[in-house]
Order: sequence, then structure tokens, then C-alpha cells
Amino acid sequence: MSLKRNVSLATGLRYRGQGPMLTFILHRIGGLGMAVFVTVHILASFLGGDIGKFLNDVYQNWLFQIFIFFCALFHAINGLRITLVDLFPKLLVHQREAIWVEWAVFIPIFAIAAFVIVSTAGG
Amino acid sequence: MAALKPRTLPLTKRGLNFEMLMWLFTRLSALAMYALILFAIIGALVMGARYQMNLADVLRWGFMPNPGHVQSVPLENPDAWGTLFWKLTAGALLLLAVAHGVHGLVVIADDYIVTPRGRLVVRWLSIAMMISMSLIGLYVIWTS
Repeated sequence: MSLKRNVSLATGLRYRGQGPMLTFILHRIGGLGMAVFVTVHILASFLGGDIGKFLNDVYQNWLFQIFIFFCALFHAINGLRITLVDLFPKLLVHQREAIWVEWAVFIPIFAIAAFVIVSTAGG
Repeated sequence: MAALKPRTLPLTKRGLNFEMLMWLFTRLSALAMYALILFAIIGALVMGARYQMNLADVLRWGFMPNPGHVQSVPLENPDAWGTLFWKLTAGALLLLAVAHGVHGLVVIADDYIVTPRGRLVVRWLSIAMMISMSLIGLYVIWTS
């Protein structure tokens, strides 16, 4: 494990990795979002009381539900691609096609769910 | 684009260390979590979810099959949803998720915290977080 990073932050920000890098970043955001959500959710159930009630109100907000559903769905679909490609390295040549398939699966499911969440929130 | 030629090294040349094992664990635990979530959804359908729940309730139960997640649903047979069997399933899902998630946080932190001392602190914090969240989570599952 190397502890030296010979690339400056500015160079790092200028890196354009296109589609695969976008999935990498969204995978991170999704993982972080779920880690924070699950931790806070477990603590809220454990503590209960006013804090638990306040946090429950946050989860039930439709904006939060859309965000956390994005995190979970994208992380799950992208994670399946990563798992398959890593466990069967021969599939690596189909990486970019796999990412297109991923979006083709993700977008309709997310759109339907987001529509249901918003229309439920609107009463 | 240069053609990518995947190669497979023998295990002795790959290096079998803790990082490699955690890399493998991340993939395998992901597969196990898909299986457990699917299992919980099938279980809900067997217990009559089709006539008692909407999709959001089924998914909430799927992501963590503990009785607290179906409290708000009028169920014909609530006891069936809180058996030891489901508590063990929920416990397995929780332990996998905590280990997978905390290791993921360490991977992210390693990209931004590069001093050996900082990384050591991250590792101790991650161990503390993993143990405490596992215990608190199991307590919540068993008492909900």
C-alpha cells in the first residue's frame, strides 16, 4: 500500500474518466449516503424519544426518500456489475456496454419510483 | 482504445493479504445480501404480502426483515413476521451490511487520508464503529 500520492488535487480534478468514472463517483456517493442513513436510522430506533421522532420525520420527507432510493438502487445495480466483472475478469472487455445496460435498468425503475414517491407526497 | 487483455495470475503471485481478503469479502457479501433481500421478499410473499402490503412495505421489509418495519401494516398474522427465523435472517443481513459498509468507509477514507498515522486512526475508529453498530443493531432487531 503506497502512502505517497504523486498527483496534485488540481490534476485529480481535471481527470475526465467519462462513464465509468461517473459510476465510480455515484457508487461512492450512494455507499456513503446509505452508510450515514443506516447508522442514523439504527441509532434513532435505539434511542427513540424526541430524537427518534425527529429523525423519522426526516426519513419520511419525500426529498430524502428520493435521495436514499437513488443511493440504494444505484449502489445495488452498479455493485452487481462490479461483482460480476471482478469475479469473472474475462467479462472486463464488455465494461462499457455493461454500464449502458446498467443505466437502461436504472433509469426506468428510478423514474417510476420517483414518480410514485412524488405523487404520494402530493397527496 | 487499446484492447484489454485480462490475465489471471496464480494465487501465490497475487498476494494473499488482509486487503485482498476484504476485497473478496466486499464482493461476496454483496452477493449474499442480494440473496438475503430476495429471500426476505419471497418470504413476505409467502406470508401473504400480496394481499396485505404495498410495494414500499415489501421493499422496506426486504431491506431489513425485522418486525419494526411492518408495524404500520395491518397484518392478518403479525406473529409470523417476528419469529426467531426472521430475527436470524435480519441479524445475518445486518452483520454483512455493517462489515461491508464500514470497510467501504475505510476504502473511501484511504483515498483522502494518506499519512500512516491517519490511516491507523481510521482503522481503529472503523473497528470501534463496526463492533458498536453490530451490537446496537442486533439489540434493535431483537427488541423491535
